[in-house]
Amino acid sequence: MEENTLSSQPAAPGAIRTEEMLVNMGPQHPSTHGVLRLMLRTDGELVLETIPHIGYLHRCAEKIGENVTPVQFVPICDRLDYLAGMNNDHGYSLAVEKLCGLEVPERGHYIRVIMCELNRIASHLVSFGCYGMDIGAFTPFLYAFREREYILDLFEATCGARLTYNYLTIGGASLDLPEGFVDRLAWFLDYFEPKIDEYNNLLSYNYIFVKRTANVGVISVADAIAYGLTGPCLRGSGVKWDLRRCAPYEIYDRFEFDIPVGMPGGSNGIPPEVVVGDSWSRYYVRMLEMKQSVRILRQCLQQMPAGEFRAKVPRTLKLPAGEVYLEVEGVRGQLGFLVVGENKPIPRRVKIRGPSFCNLSIVPHVCRQVLLADVPAIVGSIDVVMGEVDR
Amino acid sequence: MGWLHNRFEENLAITSVNWALNWARSSSIWPMTFGLACCAIEMMAAGASRFDLDRFGAGAFRATPRQSDLMVVAGTVTFKMASRIRRLYNQMPDPKYVLAMGACTIGGGPYFKYGYHVVKGVDLIVPVDVYIPGCPPRPEALLEGLMRLQDKMKRETIAKKPATDSHD
Amino acid sequence: MTAQEVADILKQRFPVAVADAAVEGPHPCVAVTPEAWHEVAVFLRDDPRLAMNMLRCISGVDRHPEPQIDVVYELIAMRAPGGAARQEPRPPASAELWQNGGTIAIRVRLPRDNPRVRSVADVWPAADWLERETFDLLGVTFDGHPDPRRILCPDDWIGHPLRKDYEFPKEYQGIPAAAAPESDSSRVTK
Repeated sequence: MEENTLSSQPAAPGAIRTEEMLVNMGPQHPSTHGVLRLMLRTDGELVLETIPHIGYLHRCAEKIGENVTPVQFVPICDRLDYLAGMNNDHGYSLAVEKLCGLEVPERGHYIRVIMCELNRIASHLVSFGCYGMDIGAFTPFLYAFREREYILDLFEATCGARLTYNYLTIGGASLDLPEGFVDRLAWFLDYFEPKIDEYNNLLSYNYIFVKRTANVGVISVADAIAYGLTGPCLRGSGVKWDLRRCAPYEIYDRFEFDIPVGMPGGSNGIPPEVVVGDSWSRYYVRMLEMKQSVRILRQCLQQMPAGEFRAKVPRTLKLPAGEVYLEVEGVRGQLGFLVVGENKPIPRRVKIRGPSFCNLSIVPHVCRQVLLADVPAIVGSIDVVMGEVDR
Repeated sequence: MGWLHNRFEENLAITSVNWALNWARSSSIWPMTFGLACCAIEMMAAGASRFDLDRFGAGAFRATPRQSDLMVVAGTVTFKMASRIRRLYNQMPDPKYVLAMGACTIGGGPYFKYGYHVVKGVDLIVPVDVYIPGCPPRPEALLEGLMRLQDKMKRETIAKKPATDSHD
Repeated sequence: MTAQEVADILKQRFPVAVADAAVEGPHPCVAVTPEAWHEVAVFLRDDPRLAMNMLRCISGVDRHPEPQIDVVYELIAMRAPGGAARQEPRPPASAELWQNGGTIAIRVRLPRDNPRVRSVADVWPAADWLERETFDLLGVTFDGHPDPRRILCPDDWIGHPLRKDYEFPKEYQGIPAAAAPESDSSRVTK
């Protein structure tokens, strides 16, 4: 308790005298999604101010990045946003390829999109399950992890790892898809797609859940853009902005998909309490995104050609002098990599823009004059992964 | 360790009490909800549908250290976090056990060389009972580690230790 | 809007402050002098032609052994459907796709021994945490920052880790930082 800013309100005649209190939430707290620490200045049930403290998982990824070669750094990228390792690897590989001018073969592009979208579903499933748990519903967690295991089985068959893959790498993918992968994936998509509606009935439209999350933590469009929010947090505020569409990278311009955004309540089956930009909207955007990912995956399976899956990458890949900054639409938002090369195999600087870092920076602005029970609902809806915030 | 420990001579009654105590203790481990990083996701997966940690009597995840007797250190320990882990460990009631899950908690893992802010092993902060290697360990590995911990618990005794060995 | 057009507008408005512009290549970048940066930032945000409303990233690059640290600001203009460049308070009812109105990177070159630059946290609130991170890891001081503390490392951390001449700590609060050999007594036992 380093801040000494507590003040007690002078009691009006007949009123109850209240006193401010500092509450420390985290770093070990079940609903902070890792090691986030929030200092809450409360007055009764009301949170007057929230000060996030981060850095409890600062693992020096950027220092490692400027000491190892790009191929060696890919496994560290897996561990940034550890719920979406494929997307991180993809982002870093794209940045290095752009700097070195490497061309990925056609099949490599499709493998990448398949893996990224599958991982998006897996990550959103965790987010859905854990958000339910934050609010007090335990069952969705078990459902989400049941489906997630099927995706992890596919990853495991492909590259042998469940969580940290090191699969999408510089020049394409490190291995080809295993035998029978396409059939298994097609089976999974057919199995999974109807489940999303089941989840919506289970949690999204649940009366208690809606009461806890609708009209809580509303982020306006202006605030969302000013604080650099991206991904489902930005789209939850009604901004139809997705890098896969607005600045297409990889081969996303070949697929048909919609970009779900937060919609006002009362239509399309959305509960009437919902306001654009609230916690429920951010959560619901993720649920809708899973459906779009399924759509993209189906198109991938139809279009995927045979052939090479990885470009010829020289044994010691020399990074030319120059810089490149590249952002991809990660699971939680725009994941950016700044790579500075200087004619050596090791880059001078690797800067990682973790989307969760910027998304979290709006917490002091939003968690102000809210109820104490709303804080987990707001922080959970922003869906931070501390590995990416602290790097 | 506990108040019962190191008070009695070894005899038949003690071994029976031992058996009962250890059986109860090892079959109802209450782990603390304490996820640090990537390994925590595998810990969650181990507690969820397919692997179901509860089958081995260790599924009652508690949110507070004061109700738990197992700390699964799942993820990279940093210097900023180190004092917190020590405090959480001190807040746990005896008897308490620590599982070091994953390469980072064992010795720094991939952050060993350039991780200026990473503690090179959680055993520099708290005593560890079982180490589970892997990056991250699969849920099966966590189950295996848990069973090794249960084996360790089943070997405990409340009898007096030899004088040369009593240092607590 | 291409990077060349952005650079031309900036050069026209700030002939002195804009040192050079490297708009070719994969990372189009305009260099701005540190004294003028805040003024340029306000112009970048408020000029209706540019309207760079989102600050995506701030990265510090240590140029050691050259005595220079670069701070690179990545900006993007997100254009709402319907033309209004500045974000309106309420989203349009029929959510159409927002347009990418162009990206630019701004480079501010600072001396390595005393890197100071005016904070832009009042222009883009996103800069608040990003500048704190740049201060923490590279030791760049942002004048006028509302909360100039370390963000990732603990408050009593010594040094700025992403400087090229950073020396790794031997220990922190009694915990050895280098790996201990097997026989070392520093490991805690029961």
